[in-house]
Formats: sequence, C-alpha cells, structure tokens
Amino acid sequence: MSVPMETPISFTNVGRSKWWQRGIFASQTGYVLAALLVLMLVMHFASPYFFTQGNMQNVAKNFSFIAIATLGITFVIITGGIDLSVGSMMCFSAMITSMVMVELSAPGSPFVHLAADGKAVVANVPGLILLVSVLAGLCAALIVGLVNGFCIAVLGLSPFVTTLGMLSIVRGLAYVVSNGRGSFPGGPDAEYFYALTSGDVLGIPAPFIYLVILAAVMAVVLHHTSFGRYVFALGGNEKAAELTGISVVRVKIEVYVICALAAGLQGIIISGWLGSAPANMATSYELNVIAAAVIGGANLAGGIGGPLGAIVGCVLLEVIRNGLVLAQVNAYWQQTLVGVIIILAVLVDRIRSRMT
Amino acid sequence: MTTPSTNGQPVLELTGIGKEFGAIRALHDVDMQVFPGEVVGLMGDNGAGKSTLVKVIAGNFRPSHGEIRFDGNAVHFHRPIDARGVGIEVVYQDLALADNLTAAANVFLGRELKRKFGPISLLDHKAMAARALDLFGELRSETRPHDLVKQMSGGQRQAVAIARTRLSNAKLVMMDEPTAAISVRQVEQVLSLIHRLKEQGVAVMLISHRMPDVFAVCDRVVVMRRGEKRADKLIADTSPEEVTALITGAKEAA
Repeated sequence: MSVPMETPISFTNVGRSKWWQRGIFASQTGYVLAALLVLMLVMHFASPYFFTQGNMQNVAKNFSFIAIATLGITFVIITGGIDLSVGSMMCFSAMITSMVMVELSAPGSPFVHLAADGKAVVANVPGLILLVSVLAGLCAALIVGLVNGFCIAVLGLSPFVTTLGMLSIVRGLAYVVSNGRGSFPGGPDAEYFYALTSGDVLGIPAPFIYLVILAAVMAVVLHHTSFGRYVFALGGNEKAAELTGISVVRVKIEVYVICALAAGLQGIIISGWLGSAPANMATSYELNVIAAAVIGGANLAGGIGGPLGAIVGCVLLEVIRNGLVLAQVNAYWQQTLVGVIIILAVLVDRIRSRMT
Repeated sequence: MTTPSTNGQPVLELTGIGKEFGAIRALHDVDMQVFPGEVVGLMGDNGAGKSTLVKVIAGNFRPSHGEIRFDGNAVHFHRPIDARGVGIEVVYQDLALADNLTAAANVFLGRELKRKFGPISLLDHKAMAARALDLFGELRSETRPHDLVKQMSGGQRQAVAIARTRLSNAKLVMMDEPTAAISVRQVEQVLSLIHRLKEQGVAVMLISHRMPDVFAVCDRVVVMRRGEKRADKLIADTSPEEVTALITGAKEAA
C-alpha cells in the first residue's frame, strides 16, 4: 500500500460555532423577529393606543387572516417552488363553502326541516351543514392543489407558470359559479359559522387560535417527520433527493395540496369575518402571503423556512400597517414601506452571510 | 497484499455485458469480476463506456446482452433501488448531498430512523446522530453529525457520502470521480476513506481519470476503450505508462 495508514485525522482549527452564530440567532427569522420587537417598543412609546387590548386583538386578528395561508405556502417555498394561486384559492374555497351552505339550508334539502310555524328552517343535526359545506370548500381547494401538483411534479411544468395560470383559472371559476355576484353564508348553521370564524375565546380571536395550533403542527411535521426532512431535502438538492430514493413526485404534490388546503381554510375564515364571499375577494393576496413568507426568512431558492418565520413576517406587515394608521400617516404609504422591508430583510441576510 | 484470486467467490461477476442505444454500441462483450475487499480502478477516456458500465451495474440501464451475477446469484435490476437492495451503492461525482441539511440528516436521507408515538412516528434524532458519529469514526473522519453540509470541506462531504454506503452495509461501492475538483490534502483523505472501506471487506470500484490515485489505492485496473474492455491487470503488473497507452489506444490490448 502506498498510502500510509495515518492516525485519526484531527481538525484542531475547526471549533464548534458559538451559540449566537447558529440556529435561530443566525437566521433571517431571528433578526426580523428582533426588528419586530424593537418596532413594537417604538410603537408603544409613539402611541398610547398600541398596546391596548383592543388594538392587540385587532392586530392578532388581522395578521391571522393571512398567516394560515403563509404557513401553507412556506412548505412550497421550502421545496423551491412557488404558488401564485393562493389568493384565488381563498376566494374559490370560501365561495363554494357559502354556496353549499345556502344550498343545503334551502327548504326541501334532506339536512333541514321546517319548524312548527311553517316558516323557520331548522337543521336536522345542528352543525352538520356547516361541516359538510366547509369540507366541500376544502375539497375544492384539494382538487386545485392536486392539479397544481400534478402539472408541476408529473408533467414537469414550472411552478411559476402553472400557478400563474391557476390564479386566473380559479378566479375565473369563482366568477362563473357565482355569476360574479358573490355569495353569503346563510341558513340555520350560519351562526356557528360566524362564531367559529370571527368569534373569540376569552378575548383571543378564533383565527389566531387556529393559527397557533397549525403552526405547532407544522413545526413538528417539518422538523420531526421524514416528510419534513424530504421537503427540506428537495429544496436543498432535488437531484440528491431523487438519487437517495425519495419519491420526489409524491412530496411535491403533497406540498401543493397542503398549500391549497391552507389557502382554502384561510379563505373560509376570511369570508366569516367579511360576512360574505364576494367574487373579487382576496385579490392579489398571493403577493402579501409570499411577501410575509420571504420577510420571515423563507428562501425563494428553496431549502430554508419555517412556521415561526411565516408568522413573524405576517406580524411585521400588520404591525407596520397598524402603526402607520395610529401615527396618522397617509395609508397609501403602506405598500411602499412593505416593499422596502421585503428588500431590506433579504439584503440584511445577504450582508450577514457575506460577513461570516 | 492479497491477490484477488485468493479471496474466493467474486461479489460482482459480469459476463458478456453489452448495451446498445439505437445504432450506437456503448458496451460490447464486457467480462469482469470484482472480489470482496478489492479496489478496482476503472479507467478510460471520455466516451469509452465507463459511465454506461457503472449505470448498468447500478440499475440505471438494463443491459442489452449478458448477465450480471451478484454474490453468486443472477440479478436483473429494473431501477437503481433494486441494485441498492442487494448491496450496490454509488457515490456520485457531485456527491448528491443536500447542503441545507446536517451531516447526519444526509447520511440517513430516505431511510430515517423513527420512533413510534402511538399512530405517528417521529424522527429519532439522537439515534441517527449517534450512528452517524460511529460511521464517521469508522471512516476516521472528523465530521460532526450536527454540522450543515454546506459548511464542510470536500473531504468531509466525501465522508458523508461514503458513510451513506456504510449505513446500508453495501458490498460493492462504486465511486464516480471522487477525487476530481478537490484539494490535494482532501484527495489524501478520500483515498484513506477508500482504504477504510477495503478494511471492512467492501469491494470498491473507483472510476477516475487521475492515474496517481488509481495507482495509490487500487489492487487492479480495468481499462475501457470504445465500449470494450481492453485490459484487466493487477496494479503490481502494470505501469502508468502502459495504462496511458491502453487508454489512448497506442497499445491495443494487454
């Protein structure tokens, strides 16, 4: 043998990096979170109304309205994909839900009977109509997600083009099924519907509770299941993932389905708050959702992202909006500022990775 | 040094392997044997048929002619996963690692260890890190399981890729140009990794352009030219000059 059997190789010059140089402290999510806390402190001194219970509830509710969809799209972004159809999906899902609810609540449907006075409609099983109509709305989202996933994973179309097309297709379908008029949740279960979507528990808005539960589930799925591992592996090196025997097609379809379902659920919740599902609902929300994910640290090139980042991004956007209102700044400045923050957040991350 | 013939039964035996793509004959009548604990260098110029041969053995392509025997049994691979199932692993040139995951995560990618919690099974991070640390120790590479692959040197990346093959207890590891595009010091590390595999009784096929590496670690060298095997010699019985002549065609066969 010409190569000597050397003693164990030791790299004495390579140490473990310091705790503040790794994990969340070294991530974009980390310092966007820090920036958010500073911003909230500044807001507290700038406006006595900021930390009042009412305003906090308002902020919590408002950011929850895009945060669930942001959780969903984060899965897609981690794999290196994108989904532009989430805004349309919110509208379509909400519309199907309220139309099914109205349909099932009409006199003559097997789900209801007329009350003794012959006028009021009473549900045979309270809550069943609500359940069926929400499932119908989610089912519509599921189908759209499957089509997205099929086109991208099986046919190999680019995620951007596929979902751009789907944005238009789904929005068009929403106009078609409603004839452009929009629809209103109604019938005997409408009360439950409003309670579950825009109500609150002990002062905590219901959407915020869903958000926290879903974010916790997402954290476990991403970091403690093999599915989550594959989602990250796909974003890191898709070819490697394929070579190691991971079913890339399956994982891809699954992330687009998750994203569609999250958007659908988000749309249903928004329609409860609005009291209707107009055909132009959630137009261009896909941009807010993607912006929030990116600000929170999800990398559009794939491989990086998580639930905390998604939420931090949404909160930051909402706090800025809220702050500008409290500071009585012209509301039209909001969009400009959001754009600046998107670029700043990514820029800071770039500078940091150059320095280390 | 043990001569291959004393090692008993070959782990891999190819007889009359041929592969055609339409009118193009990529491989013709290749016979070859690889024994346990043996390092075989596979050399040849671009287009000589090395990659095709590797892909046939790894299950990417089905041979048009001939027979593959692995561990004494005739095998027919339809997909790479079939080849992996019997114990053939390939370490790819670009290493096929996910940069954004840790070393341990890469070693276990696609075959994670899990713990059951009722109906759900969650990743067993602790067990995977411990096993990965063992494997790196076995390969005598100081690679920490929790470090991200993107922060690693070329040699450490090789260790991660090779640890993957140890995990499945592969009997044959084919390495595609493992020493291309890495530093001199790291080449030394990779060659010592190959020695570690040999010590464990693993057969290694080293596909390389680098003559010094082949002569440093291989027991035997196989030279391909125009889809045919032109030479199969013990390293002790040949010289870099002769192998170069065989590769370029200055010498027809040996």
